Amino acid sequence: MSQPITVAPPTSSSRWTYLDQIRKVPGPFSEDHDNSEDALARLETMSVLVIGAGGLGCEILKDLALSGFKKIHVIDMDTIDVSNLNRQFLFRQADVGKSKAEVAARFVEKRVKGVSITPHNCKIQDKDEDFYMQFTAVVCGLDSIEARRWINATLVGMVDYPDNPESLKPLIDGGTEGFKGQSRVVIPTMTSCIECQLDMHAPRAAVPLCTLATIPRQPEHCIEWAHIMAWEQEKPFPKLDNDDPEHITWLYKKALARARDFNITGVTYSLTQGVVKNIIPAIASTNAIIAASCCNEAFKIATNSNPGLGLEDNYMMYSGNEGIYTYTFKHEQKDDCPVCGTIARNMEIDPNWTLQELIESMAARPEAQLKKPSISSGSKTLFFQSPESLMLKTRPNLEKRIGELLENGEEIAVSDPSLGSVDFKFRLRFSKPYAPAPKHGVTE
Amino acid sequence: MDQTPPILHGPSDKEKKYDRQLRLWAAEGQQALEDAHILLVNSGCGTVGVETLKNLVLPGIGHFTIADSATVNEADLGVNFFLDEDCLGKSRAECCVKLLLELNPDNDDIRKLLGSEKQYTLVIYSLPIDPADLALVKKYGEEHKVPLLSVHSAGFYSYFRLHLPGNFPIVDTHPESTSTTDLRLLKPWPELSKFADDLTNDIENLSAHEHGHVPYIALLLHYLRKWKESHGEYPSTYKDKKAFAAFVAAGARTDSPEGGEENYDEAVAAVLKTISTPTLPGALEEVFDYKPDEIEAGTTFWIIADAVKQFYMKHNELPLPGSVPDMKAQSTVYVKLQNLYKAKARQDVAEVDEMVRTHSKGREIDAVEVETFCKNAAFIKLIRASSTPMDLQKLSNSEFENEQFALSPSLLPIYLALDATSHTPYASSSDIIATIDKTIPEASSNTRIVQAAEEVARAKGGELQNISALTGGMVSQEVIKIITKQYIPINNTCIFDGIASRTQVLCL
Repeated sequence: MSQPITVAPPTSSSRWTYLDQIRKVPGPFSEDHDNSEDALARLETMSVLVIGAGGLGCEILKDLALSGFKKIHVIDMDTIDVSNLNRQFLFRQADVGKSKAEVAARFVEKRVKGVSITPHNCKIQDKDEDFYMQFTAVVCGLDSIEARRWINATLVGMVDYPDNPESLKPLIDGGTEGFKGQSRVVIPTMTSCIECQLDMHAPRAAVPLCTLATIPRQPEHCIEWAHIMAWEQEKPFPKLDNDDPEHITWLYKKALARARDFNITGVTYSLTQGVVKNIIPAIASTNAIIAASCCNEAFKIATNSNPGLGLEDNYMMYSGNEGIYTYTFKHEQKDDCPVCGTIARNMEIDPNWTLQELIESMAARPEAQLKKPSISSGSKTLFFQSPESLMLKTRPNLEKRIGELLENGEEIAVSDPSLGSVDFKFRLRFSKPYAPAPKHGVTE
Repeated sequence: MDQTPPILHGPSDKEKKYDRQLRLWAAEGQQALEDAHILLVNSGCGTVGVETLKNLVLPGIGHFTIADSATVNEADLGVNFFLDEDCLGKSRAECCVKLLLELNPDNDDIRKLLGSEKQYTLVIYSLPIDPADLALVKKYGEEHKVPLLSVHSAGFYSYFRLHLPGNFPIVDTHPESTSTTDLRLLKPWPELSKFADDLTNDIENLSAHEHGHVPYIALLLHYLRKWKESHGEYPSTYKDKKAFAAFVAAGARTDSPEGGEENYDEAVAAVLKTISTPTLPGALEEVFDYKPDEIEAGTTFWIIADAVKQFYMKHNELPLPGSVPDMKAQSTVYVKLQNLYKAKARQDVAEVDEMVRTHSKGREIDAVEVETFCKNAAFIKLIRASSTPMDLQKLSNSEFENEQFALSPSLLPIYLALDATSHTPYASSSDIIATIDKTIPEASSNTRIVQAAEEVARAKGGELQNISALTGGMVSQEVIKIITKQYIPINNTCIFDGIASRTQVLCL
């Protein structure tokens, strides 16, 4: 995986003429500009981590290498698919099936002499704090909110400031969808973090199961029905593989038949694939914009050549749908952020719900978005997803009502695999009085 | 209803490869890209144009040509990813073409690329440029009616400017799906009224299940009728609409296990958005008011636009788009409602189509184009060709005057400073200011112009990879929008500030 540190071969100094010009001469906006030999050498010795070697990641690697960074690591667990080739320009037809991180790293190393890129073909969760501690900054080009939350929580948790200033690692994050995107800079614990900004990326509202089961109206409803219900019932293959055309074809035919039964039009193979895989349209142009914006901020942070996003403005929204529109602003840190804030966040809840209902609602609440939460309160373990023994022991609580288990104003701690070692703290606010239901022989 | 079952086949290899972009511009947009031939006239540091081409080669642009007199030097390798050590001393154009072509074997016909008898779809030229070359490019654009895109990237700044050869109308503008709902609740046609009446005339006695599944369109029509009976008119002010929403909400039954009804919640939520008389959108009004010249008047767009205008004059409303948002309802009822809207939309299209056919060239027009136009009528956009260049003195006055009220400072100084180096990369800040001073006399006393000039001078004509990659991304988005005639291009200059991380679009 990792390789011995190689000494960069000497390259003719004229190669970096344009970059040096900017780094050696301060401009009218430069603050704390330092063009000493030490400061100039810093860029070459610092290590930067790139998370994701997909559409954004390929661009980020190219941009960092040509911005003078010499030690780069890249982490991605994916392999190359044919549908990546319309934008992930470091990959060729012959690379399909190979590790993205490895192919991308080799390509950029070969093209830009003197840069060392270390690939890690694994999940970010497989690495520990010691691994993340070696980097000066982290640049993310991810398509999943979960991975962003995990790295965000990890980097915030690592901060030991001011005792260890090196533990403060700027997180620069980009995301795109079609002609739109955003880039943002997080200085962990000092500025608004990914979790503070979570409600800006609210999940799509899920279609109620009863709609899928009894009253479908849209082609998507028929596809979701095939995906969730028909598949479970008929199990045509042992395990659903979203990338297997045979599996998608099976779902497509099922959905199509159901659509015909209800006179619904619009089920296509492409739509089936889109719904099942939750496909987000992606093009090279937008990736180029957002990746370069992230690397521009990384470069400014690393070189002090100009002020950038960070302590003041920290977020740029971009839209190319109608002309070009950007909005650059300061997203404020939230005191009640479960990751970087200090106080518990209020959560309004109906005490007549069962614990099961509360757990299910966690996935859809824009401020929580937790799919596998485990919950405890002060002294009590209410429900744990794992280990299995604890799950079995706490499972009976799922049917109990909230008002039965907890008091109004009580604090609960929620953990979830997407958060790493961080716990969410919520203070419950009952939206209505608790009305104990007549008992149906449930023993307490 | 009749429904031809689609053929059961998976996607082709091409559909697989281009899946993520076909979801944006569909097969028609893809075809337009594949038919296009882009010329890049490259000069200066030479990265921003190549970065633009990368983003066009990847999605499958048909052909591209690079004209560049430079030979590759050491400094090129530090800023241009599409060059390597083997390229040193060779033609920069040829080397970039070779390494760009590696990206996508779908455009690999090198002989076609280097052929000379080409009609280019669009020409991109990078600045600074030799004035004689610039004159040739401009002449070509004028003679062949080809869009030109100029782009200048230096240090942390860039701008690019689009020169359209004539008016540029766009039908397929891809509006946000939330903005397109047009339900005609205040002017229901007879079939829609009857549909709603049938569902609601005995609303008090419906079973719990039926009551909870009346689609909100029918609910709103029902309560609108009742409101009008007691108030004499439909709710029109914000206050009235709030009161009307409460009136609707009061109709929901509360004895259900959930303590409410989802269809009523949807109805209440839809009041402010759907209970209003549609007005003629400004962009479409501009289309209606415009007098096309003789050549334009014979083109498909203007023939259909004229027919839609006649339709609007006659009915005081646009053709119905015909789509219905999803809402809580029984499947059969919802499909019936959808068909009602579709039938009315088809009827409107037929009427417009008939008017189109009365035009001498109307018979040649594809019915699908009429249908698409009608569906998107409210979102049609016309970008007018810029005839006379903007008076920079006037523009700068208004930009700097408004600055104290604006949230962020104008980026015009960046444009002025870059523009002053359009033909010479190595200018000092005082040279730049002196050049700006010729058009804007007080330039040297304007701090922001002075700072912009200093920042441009600092770069000495050098590009930064990040700024050029970002700018190349934006330019390629614009090229795609122009070639596919989808989404809305800028009008006409976009300035990027890589220090504040902001863009500004100005019409110059």
